[in-house]
Amino acid sequence: MKRAGFATRWLPILLLLPQLIIIAVFFYWPAAHAVQSSFYLQDPFGFGSSFVGFDNYTDLLDNSEYRRIAWFTVVFTVLVTFFSLALALLLAVKADKVIRGAKTYRTLLMWVYAVAPPVAGFIGLIMFNQSWGPLTRLFEQVGHDFTLGVNYNDTAFAMVLVSVWKQVPVNFIFFLSGLQSIPKSVREAALIDNRSASGRFWDVTFPLLAPTGFFLLIINITYALFETFGVIDTLVKGEPGNNPMTLVYKVYVDGFRGNDLGGSSAQSVILMILVLALTVFQFRMVERRIHYT
Amino acid sequence: MSDANTAAMAAATLTQPAKRRRIKAATLFDHAVLILGALFMIVPLVMVFQMTTVPDVEIIKTGPSFVIGDQLDENFRKAMFEASGFSGENSGTNMLVNSFILGIGFAVGKIVIGMMAAYAIVYFRLRFATLAFWMIFTTLLLPLEVRILPSYEVVQRLGMLNTYQGLIIPLIASATATFFFRQYFRSVPEELVEAARIDGAGPVKFFVDILVPLSKTMIAAMFIIMFVYGWNQYLWPTMITTEEDMFTLVRGIKQITQVMEGNRIPEYGRANLLAIIAIIPPVFVVIFFQSWFVKGLTESDK
Repeated sequence: MKRAGFATRWLPILLLLPQLIIIAVFFYWPAAHAVQSSFYLQDPFGFGSSFVGFDNYTDLLDNSEYRRIAWFTVVFTVLVTFFSLALALLLAVKADKVIRGAKTYRTLLMWVYAVAPPVAGFIGLIMFNQSWGPLTRLFEQVGHDFTLGVNYNDTAFAMVLVSVWKQVPVNFIFFLSGLQSIPKSVREAALIDNRSASGRFWDVTFPLLAPTGFFLLIINITYALFETFGVIDTLVKGEPGNNPMTLVYKVYVDGFRGNDLGGSSAQSVILMILVLALTVFQFRMVERRIHYT
Repeated sequence: MSDANTAAMAAATLTQPAKRRRIKAATLFDHAVLILGALFMIVPLVMVFQMTTVPDVEIIKTGPSFVIGDQLDENFRKAMFEASGFSGENSGTNMLVNSFILGIGFAVGKIVIGMMAAYAIVYFRLRFATLAFWMIFTTLLLPLEVRILPSYEVVQRLGMLNTYQGLIIPLIASATATFFFRQYFRSVPEELVEAARIDGAGPVKFFVDILVPLSKTMIAAMFIIMFVYGWNQYLWPTMITTEEDMFTLVRGIKQITQVMEGNRIPEYGRANLLAIIAIIPPVFVVIFFQSWFVKGLTESDK
């Protein structure tokens, strides 16, 4: 708060009220409801529900399908995060170096930020079309019969590729702005001390980018966990079947299609705990992170 | 030591021509990497666009090619004015209008509510300010995706399914804009408030006449980010809108895909054009207001 604030009583309450009402109705109520119904078993015909304690949770952890989906989510998140960060860092370092056409490159590399995940998934469907998709043909050339939506690994590959394509621009924008905020004097000093370009990158630039990278790491994990829903839903055409899916997609499938409210709520709560743990981890790291400026 | 230096310098002078060539090769390599990256980003879109210009039968035979045909007008007519689906109400024009309502409604709502709350938190002495602060900022922790089902039930109970309010308001229930404006207001010099108070300006006048004009760039940056975010929403609209006349373009992408699959000759041209129309407005905003957008995006994390 500012030291020289206003002392009016009713105005700030009036100003805060819309925000507080909205979050109470559309945040706290649903969140509390999720926690509550995760302890109940819903009658499939809608005739009330009965308290079952932690049964919904233990059922989930015993369920081999759930464990398989959780494992796929981990692998998927690691792959998407790693490749989109690595590719974006490479492109940002190059875009920071070149003088000619720097602005054109920047625009060409960042516009995909504005493409919605399901639309990215749609483009993936076109690229991997069974009979004439250009990428399907490319796989044909190397002797692999690529079948999106049928073969588990092929579908997983398409999901990772499309998700990376969609995420590279965000990382690129942040890395580039991180690179451009490195003071000129630091760069010049590094240029005198270290004559090899790759040495300069790993010894000077990379550590200076570490805070940006860490922030992006969290952003990318959250992206892979939650925002890829649209990519997955369009790539499997709304028919999950035996295709790979992530935990968030499973919440949707169980709760909205399967009407398993208790199980779906328990999954929601597990995800909430996961996100909270991630945030706590982030805060602790931020406290520790070194500021170079 | 100095001898070694001199020797190194002499060696450097001797190898200068070779070194210059190497630098040139390095620059070429940089450009090659960037061009490959740019192609990776843009080629899929070019292919999708090419397919909207040729007859659908052609695509079944060849897939994307280098031919630019004359079907763009016809596909545009079909995409914008001919409805697909059962009710016959989700033509491209209708979906486009809904997308704009969601994008603009979400951005405006979020900015107005966020600015008001941030102003109250930063500039007023409030007894429960800390409590309000924590209540608002906890919402940053849990994305809508982890509480979709209970949120859906709440909206259903309030009778807001298939309405614009039901679509927009629950999406506003996270504090990103509030947080952003709080950070920004705190960086505004304290002297401004003091000066305004000495001149006899009340809190409302200070907000409207000084703080809002001062935040113009920030508001613009927020608007771009929030517009793109709202426009691109998928999961929430999928759950809340079941009537086809309420579909946004992004929500309707599944129907668009079915247009592609259902018919004897899939309507690739039309489906692809609808996907491109769904992409154009947010991409246009991001490209043309690039500097604001980048500034808003990269500064909101501090």
